[in-house]
Amino acid sequence: MIPLPHYLTVSAILFTTGAIGVLMRRNALIMLMSLELMLNAVNLSFVAYARLHQDMGGHVFVFLSITVAAVEAAVGLAILLTIFRTRATVDVDNLHLLQR
Amino acid sequence: METFLFWIFAIVGVGGGIMVVFHRNPMSSAIYLVVTMLCLAGFYALLAGPFVAVIQVLVYAGAVMVLILFVIMMLNLREETLQREGGMATWILAGLIGLVLVVAVLPPFPRTPAGTPPPEFGTIEAVGNKLFTMYMLPFELTSVLLLIGIIGAVILAKRRML
Repeated sequence: MIPLPHYLTVSAILFTTGAIGVLMRRNALIMLMSLELMLNAVNLSFVAYARLHQDMGGHVFVFLSITVAAVEAAVGLAILLTIFRTRATVDVDNLHLLQR
Repeated sequence: METFLFWIFAIVGVGGGIMVVFHRNPMSSAIYLVVTMLCLAGFYALLAGPFVAVIQVLVYAGAVMVLILFVIMMLNLREETLQREGGMATWILAGLIGLVLVVAVLPPFPRTPAGTPPPEFGTIEAVGNKLFTMYMLPFELTSVLLLIGIIGAVILAKRRML
């Protein structure tokens, strides 16, 4: 049996990678994908702890969080499409309408 | 065997995650994201969660990634240069997040899961029983959320001006 901290470490690495992506990349699509990566990393922690405590509440929570992630992807991509249609770019540095 | 599979999934999954963030072509990033999600499905299978593993493959590697790939193709994004690497602040913030997570992993608690789980652990029937008894309200709220998501996506994508 693999010790739990192994899974948690993988989860932490994936989460940090996703955070770097959200902070560093300027392409809104890549930022959305990094966000999905972070959500997935958290899901891995949930399932690992569910196995540790032999409680399936973690599985239910992952199920719900996957649903939320799907909704988030759909709405986020719709917003992205609208922005691209009017401004022909998905570079977040060019989207500073609210800053002025 | 389990250890071998764990390391394969870990190395491929983390490598895929790093490539998602650092690859120049958005299309390649999306494909690497699919690889990472499949590796995570493998982790779920190792952790005695066949139901979540299947859901991960169906919903994430299937539906969500197809959506993202469609949008990438519609936008027809060219390869971009990785312009700014982000300032020093970006790396400090990312390092801080990583440090906090490592500290969160460290504290002593039962390290190795005790014994083997019962055979029905994590199957569709067992998770479904839990979902429709103890977690009924969150499940119903999820359906409302999905409805809001559908309506929001349609209205946003239909509108002409932002």
